[in-house]
Amino acid sequence: MEIVKNAAAGTLESSDVLICVEPADTLQIEIQSVVAGQYMDAIRDAIEDVLAKAQIKTGKISAQDRGALDCVIRARMETAILRGGSQS
Amino acid sequence: MSKLVGSVREAVQAVGLTDGMTISFHHHLRNGDYVLNMVLAEIAGMGLKDLNVNASSIFDVHEPIIEHIKKKVVTGLEVNYMGGKVGRAISEGILEKPVIFRSHGGRAGDMDRGAAKVDVAFIAAPCADDMGNMSGKYGPSACGSLGYAFSDAMCAKKVVVITDHLVPYPLLDCSIPEGYVDVVVQVDKIGDASRIVSGTTKITRDPVGLRIAYLASQVVKHSGYLKDGFSFQTGAGGASLAVAKYVEEMMEKEGIKGSFCMGGITGYLVSMMEKGYFETILDVQCFDLAAIASIRDNKNHQEISATRYASPAAKSCAVDSLDVVILGATQVDTDFNVNVHTDSNGYIMGGSGGHCDTAKGAKLAIVVAPLIRARLPLIVDQVLCKSTPGETIDVIVTQRGIAVNPKNQKLKEALIAAHLPVKDIRELKRMAEEIAGVPKAVTCTGRVVANVLYRDGTLMDTIRKKA
Repeated sequence: MEIVKNAAAGTLESSDVLICVEPADTLQIEIQSVVAGQYMDAIRDAIEDVLAKAQIKTGKISAQDRGALDCVIRARMETAILRGGSQS
Repeated sequence: MSKLVGSVREAVQAVGLTDGMTISFHHHLRNGDYVLNMVLAEIAGMGLKDLNVNASSIFDVHEPIIEHIKKKVVTGLEVNYMGGKVGRAISEGILEKPVIFRSHGGRAGDMDRGAAKVDVAFIAAPCADDMGNMSGKYGPSACGSLGYAFSDAMCAKKVVVITDHLVPYPLLDCSIPEGYVDVVVQVDKIGDASRIVSGTTKITRDPVGLRIAYLASQVVKHSGYLKDGFSFQTGAGGASLAVAKYVEEMMEKEGIKGSFCMGGITGYLVSMMEKGYFETILDVQCFDLAAIASIRDNKNHQEISATRYASPAAKSCAVDSLDVVILGATQVDTDFNVNVHTDSNGYIMGGSGGHCDTAKGAKLAIVVAPLIRARLPLIVDQVLCKSTPGETIDVIVTQRGIAVNPKNQKLKEALIAAHLPVKDIRELKRMAEEIAGVPKAVTCTGRVVANVLYRDGTLMDTIRKKA
C-alpha cells in the first residue's frame, strides 16, 4: 500500500489520538504524546507495526496522542491509511 | 475613628510592610481572585523584595506571581494547593527556596500554634465596614464562607481588609470581627464573580464516573455507617458529587436522617439538608451560588473556620466527628498512599487541601478514581508524591473493582458478603496494565522544589525538580 493523498483519523480528545498521513519520498514518523514519558516506545511500536503490515514504506505520519490505548492507536492508524492510501 | 485608608499602597505603608516579611492570603475567591495579584503588583511597584507568601491556595489566575518570583519580589511560598500553571513553573525550578505545602488543617494549626508566622494578612472581604468587621455572604463578590481566613485574621501581626462592598458600621451578621483588623481599603473590585463560584455544580453524566459513584455508595451502605446521625463529606468534582446522589437515594429509601455534611459546599448538599437528610452543614468553603444563598439565609448552614474544620492543633475539630469522606486521587500506590500534589509526570498541579485531614479524621475514607485516565493507570508501585498516608485510606473504588486496605479486614468481609467486586490492589494494578500496557517509570531527580508537610507539621515527602 502507498500513501497517495493527505488524510486524517481520530480526534484530540483525551484518550484518543489524531493521526495525519501525507505522501512523501521517505518514511517519516512524528509523535507527540501526553504520555510520552510512560509509553513513547509502545506508541512508536504500534504505529510502525500497522505500517509494516500494510507494507507502507514511504509517507509522512504524524500522531498527536492524548493518551490513546494501543488498540485505539492501531484503529486510527488503519483508518488514516485506508483514507490516504491506495493499493499499488 | 476609622480604619479606612485610600489605597492598597497606603495600607501597605500603614502596616509597615518591609523586605523579608511574610504576607498571607485566603483563597475563597478562587479563580476569580483579584486581591493577591493586586497586592503583589503594588508591593513590587513600591520596590519591596524578598517576601514570603503564605496563600491558602494558588490558582491559575495567580499566574503573575511567576514574574514576581523571577524578580525576587517573592522568594518564599507556602500553600495548601497550587494550580497547574504556577505549579509547572515551580516544578521547573523558578523558586530557589522549596515551596512549603500544608493541608487546610495543617495551615490553620501551624498558624494557631505559631509555627507558621504571618506579618501581614491581606484579607479579601466581599463585605466589610470601616472598622473591619467582615463577611463573605454579601456584596457583588460574595463567596459565602470565609473559613480559611479566620487564622490569618487571628494570627497575623497586622491585618488589612480589602473590600469592594463597604457598608455602614456596624456590619450585620459579621464573620470575622473588627478586633483583629488594623486597616481597611476599599477597591473597585476584589474579584470576578463568574469565576468565584460556578453557577450550578452538576452531577457527572459520564457512565464511568457514575459506575464508580454507585460502587462507592454501595461501600458506604455496607460499611455500617449509613444510619441515623450519619455525617458525610464529598467534593464537587466528577464522580464525588454523584456519590451524594446515590447516598441520598439510600437515605430516602431507608428513612435515614444524617447529622451533618461538610467541606466545600455545593447546591446539591444544600438541597440534601433542605430535604431533611442532614440537620446541618458545616461550611468552610462555598462552591456555588446555591451554597452562598443558603449560608446567608439558612441558620442550619453554619460557617466554620479552617481550625474548627480540620486543625490537629485544636483540642478537637470537625473532621474527628466525620463518618465518611469521598476523596479523589491522581495516583494511588499499592500501599494505599495517595498523590494529589503532582500529575503522573511529576509536575505540581494540586495539593492536599483537606485530603489528608479528612482521611485521618473520618471513620471511612474512600478514594474514587477511574482505573485508567488517558492511558495512565491509577495504581502504581510508588506514588510520585505522598500526599496522604495509606494507613489513613480505607478503600479505593474504581469502575473495575474495589480495593480494601488490608488493615480493614472487617470491611473487606462485609463488602465481599454484599457481592461487591472486591479485588486485591495489586490485581487492580495488573488489570489496568493489561489494558494500557506497563508504563515506564517516571523519575524526578532534580533538587527539591517543594516540601510536603503532613497535617501535624512533620515532613512527609518532597517534590523534586523535573530534570
